[in-house]
Amino acid sequence: MDWITIISTTLKSAVGVETVLYGLAAIGINIHFGYTGLLNFGQAAFMGVAGYGLAVTVAVMNLPFWLGILVGLGAAVLLAVLLGIPTLQLRADYLAIVTIAAAEIVRLIFRSVAFKDVFGGSDGQRGFSDGFYALNPFPEGDYGFNLGPVPIFFNHRLLWVLLVGWLLIAVCCGIVYLLMKSPWGRVLKAIREDEDAVRSLGKNVFSYKMQSLVLGGVIGCLGGFVYGLAFASVQPDIFGTETTFYCYTIVILGGAARVLGPVIGSMIFWVLLVLVYGVLSEAVAAGYIPFMTSIQVGPVRYILVGLGLILLLVFRPQGIFGDKREIAIDAR
Amino acid sequence: MRAETTTSERKAAALAAFKDLAHDPGVPKPDPILVVDDVVRRFGGLTAVDVKHVEIQRGSITALIGPNGAGKTTFFNQLTGFDTADAGSWTFNGRRMNGVPAHKVARAGMVRTFQLTKALSRLTVMENMRLGAQQQKGENFWRALVPSFWRGQEDAITERAEDLLTRFKLAAKRDDFAGSLSGGQRKLLEMARALMVEPELVMLDEPMAGVNPALTQSLLGHVKDLREQGMTVLFVEHDMDMVRDISDWVVVMAQGSVIAEGPPDTIMSDERVIDAYLGAHHDAPLSESELTEQLQEAEAALEAEIEEETQK
Repeated sequence: MDWITIISTTLKSAVGVETVLYGLAAIGINIHFGYTGLLNFGQAAFMGVAGYGLAVTVAVMNLPFWLGILVGLGAAVLLAVLLGIPTLQLRADYLAIVTIAAAEIVRLIFRSVAFKDVFGGSDGQRGFSDGFYALNPFPEGDYGFNLGPVPIFFNHRLLWVLLVGWLLIAVCCGIVYLLMKSPWGRVLKAIREDEDAVRSLGKNVFSYKMQSLVLGGVIGCLGGFVYGLAFASVQPDIFGTETTFYCYTIVILGGAARVLGPVIGSMIFWVLLVLVYGVLSEAVAAGYIPFMTSIQVGPVRYILVGLGLILLLVFRPQGIFGDKREIAIDAR
Repeated sequence: MRAETTTSERKAAALAAFKDLAHDPGVPKPDPILVVDDVVRRFGGLTAVDVKHVEIQRGSITALIGPNGAGKTTFFNQLTGFDTADAGSWTFNGRRMNGVPAHKVARAGMVRTFQLTKALSRLTVMENMRLGAQQQKGENFWRALVPSFWRGQEDAITERAEDLLTRFKLAAKRDDFAGSLSGGQRKLLEMARALMVEPELVMLDEPMAGVNPALTQSLLGHVKDLREQGMTVLFVEHDMDMVRDISDWVVVMAQGSVIAEGPPDTIMSDERVIDAYLGAHHDAPLSESELTEQLQEAEAALEAEIEEETQK
């Protein structure tokens, strides 16, 4: 078994593209679900409209890169407002139902035959990331260091994506930290506990929920940009419901309503997935696990990681950073 | 000493205002803060609230009583914007309030509490209090990002909250989660939090429900205190001892309408109120056959008793 490769890919995944893009999406979910109590099950749609907004603007309409980013951000805001107007006046569960349906509608439009000229059907769009890599300050080559015998190297393109991605995460965490310490964040947390009480104290609950939905959606859509730029393409099925469920897993793993919870949660989630995959596939290839084929390794890693998460919820329901006292309080 | 004189003055002023009023439903008050006209709320075929006219006297403690299902809480919900009335209008300080959303009602100075306490469990007691303050600069998204915009105001709010917490004997709990408080303490917190809004009219929905007797006295004191500070109180309550103790005027609702008004010491002997609570024929037999049945039952009981005596 090649332990050096396993350790190398595992360590790289702790800061890798998946960690960054799911981290950003999870920060958004943390604002919705962790702080405001909004059950947004359509985070993938926010990532999707951002990725496709950028892709279509640049690749189909031949407009500049920055305009594509603006279109993507605008699309995320618009989606939040469209989802929010009918549902935020209703009970929390309606938002969950509507967002999960809306996310599927968005995905199916992207992969529909009727709009193949615009969105490219199930193949998606590519060739829109040149504007981003043109800004890359790193000359061509591999960058990194050897951790003892373990090499940790990224090529110049990946390094540029990761640098921008982690800067975005830092900025978003800073914004969340400042907001949640402020009276604005206090209103959000109070809405999570009991809307009617907040109304009776003279706060416009609808407006705050809308602000929360827009903010979390915009931060989540940054994850869509990172995906599109890192892989230089977007496909509709990347933005399916399981993407949203991974985000929820990450938020709960890290600890809901904690500033760094989603970031650490994302790191642990991807490190676990990559590590289990590496170990299993090497073990199968070496013949240590005779009853499994290499094709089965992919699904089995999700089973094992899922099992780990169930155990985590049983023994540490507040997540890594959560406060046990908060969980002990029966809400309502 | 001085506090005592003002105390009696406020109470005396409130009582004087009610002195010569008729005890009819909808009787006009000398200085009403809240005037309600023809408020109707239907749920399908059921008319839950149908109040023709009610006025609430400024600076008094008014109790709203009535049997279960009389529509008291529904009426509260209409007035405070938590539910939409099917018809009717009401004015608060002369300002029309029908159709105004709940948060604007609160901003106008009419703040309510809830029958089932709504302490914000996973916020600390202090954060609960701070939330009540109005016109907070830091509640704006952009200004929230720059702490120097709101720090000063936050300190002032905290100071005011600390004073209130001391008054309500919750100061020791300031950093505990509200969810860890007892039922009675939550009621106290909810009342204190409502005061952070600086209301003119405080509407308490069953302030004594689920409160242990030791805390009842202290809660009663706080309600009386609201009047001493110049606020008007309207509260829903079932406990008649409490109503008699603290209210200056009582409004009785039954089956959605106001059926009587009057001072607390005489209202319970009012014919209409007794009928509403116990039924109009509560002491009369229902029919001839039932009368004979009652007689037979009494005889049988007597006989049984005699038999028991002789067996001894």
